[in-house]
Amino acid sequence: MSRHLLSAADLTREDALLVLDTAEEMALVEERTVKKLPTLRGRTVVNLFFEDSTRTRTSFELAAKRLSADVINFSAKGSSVSKGETLKDTALTLEAMGADAIVIRHAWSGAPVNLARWVHGSVVNAGDGTHEHPTQALLDAFTMRRRLGRVEGLKVTIVGDVLHSRVARSNVLLLSTLGADVTLVAPPTLLPVGVESWPAQVSYDLDAVLAKSDVVMMLRVQRERMGAAYFPSQREYARRYGLDVRRASALHDDAVVMHPGPMVRGMEIAPEVADGVRSTIVEQVRNGVSVRMAVLYLLLGGASPAIGGDA
Amino acid sequence: MTAAPDDPVQTPPKTVLSGADVARVVDRMAHELLEKTAGASDVVLLGIPTRGATLARRLADRVRAFEGLVVPTGCLDTTLYRDDLRLKRPRPLEQTQIPPEGVDGALVVLVDDVLFSGRTVRAALDALADLGRPRAVQLAVLVDRGHRELPIRADYVGKNIPTSLRESVHVLLIEHDGRDGVELEVRR
Repeated sequence: MSRHLLSAADLTREDALLVLDTAEEMALVEERTVKKLPTLRGRTVVNLFFEDSTRTRTSFELAAKRLSADVINFSAKGSSVSKGETLKDTALTLEAMGADAIVIRHAWSGAPVNLARWVHGSVVNAGDGTHEHPTQALLDAFTMRRRLGRVEGLKVTIVGDVLHSRVARSNVLLLSTLGADVTLVAPPTLLPVGVESWPAQVSYDLDAVLAKSDVVMMLRVQRERMGAAYFPSQREYARRYGLDVRRASALHDDAVVMHPGPMVRGMEIAPEVADGVRSTIVEQVRNGVSVRMAVLYLLLGGASPAIGGDA
Repeated sequence: MTAAPDDPVQTPPKTVLSGADVARVVDRMAHELLEKTAGASDVVLLGIPTRGATLARRLADRVRAFEGLVVPTGCLDTTLYRDDLRLKRPRPLEQTQIPPEGVDGALVVLVDDVLFSGRTVRAALDALADLGRPRAVQLAVLVDRGHRELPIRADYVGKNIPTSLRESVHVLLIEHDGRDGVELEVRR
């Protein structure tokens, strides 16, 4: 029976805390001279990326290699996918080559769920369309816990293009599981239909929620997913929903500013804020490796997975 | 606890070491450590979680009480180096804490509660090799119960307890169990 990490909703509170605690120990490896563990020797992890990604793919690759797994990077460009091979055939081919886990990034929401039905190994969702990106949510929660000592009870404000953001969706699910209090701030056109049913509050006024926030998570405006105009102009968006120096000064002393990257400086976040002391942007990247090591260990490190949902 | 009707009669755990015995044994091990390492000047104590880590701290406390020497002490989780990972669900990791001095050139004394198959110690040796290069490595255990599956032996043994494979050895420490002692129980 295969077990996967497809959605942040697959994780119970205990699962999520297990990942964060495991990641805490994995982070120690970064401080050692030999940055490698023998734990996944002889296992093969395939990075199956149908969408451009530098940071996530590199992060998964490094995490798997730190655990001594063999890593195959498969990107759609220049592969048989460009010759018309279906996702299913690609997946079965990779599995026939001995993949124990497939880390998939795909433009279609739900592609990982389908993949999980076809293969015997573990599937890890590394971002599917506008749906989910569970390991990003885990690394964000990990970063919050390291900076602020806890996740439970934190007031987290997620700002920007919620409609197209798998990061926002996964974060809302995970953070509510972990007991944080999430508020989404976005122009009405960039909020998904049905957002009322999400375990989060909604606001259209960034200035009103900033002073009460412990964490402000800025989302990238995803121009590549926008066919039509969702807001009047870039300047108008930055003025109402961008985190500039003036707005950041309204935050309390310990509050942190997060961004999943890649960021558009001057659009959703001012360079001074992105590079300031509150910013966790570089830590998030570093923590991403530790969290993905934890996920790979907990899914592949034993006879059966310790976390995650069934297909 | 009530046994099911067809269960064999459950024998109560047998006390092998009392709380006072444990204290005496740890004292003796601390003295032996000082003697064998000529004053323990370059010793680093690394306990294997969870009870080994506690025992390492106790040994360090006794050495300080006897000689006024502060021995760098830490703990070393062996989970990610175990050879039986694939036989069970992935286990939660325990804490690893290496003293800031590091292990390079030191005489590392690994500390565990029970020495049994030797596989945990094997994993600890591998973990240690990834952390640095000690001058030498020794092993201290509160209980050696026999049944080694690898060519590993302890340098400091609190008590040798010959056991059968059907028995389990429970090391109880105040920090974890509310009291000190060593008990032997027949597993069903």
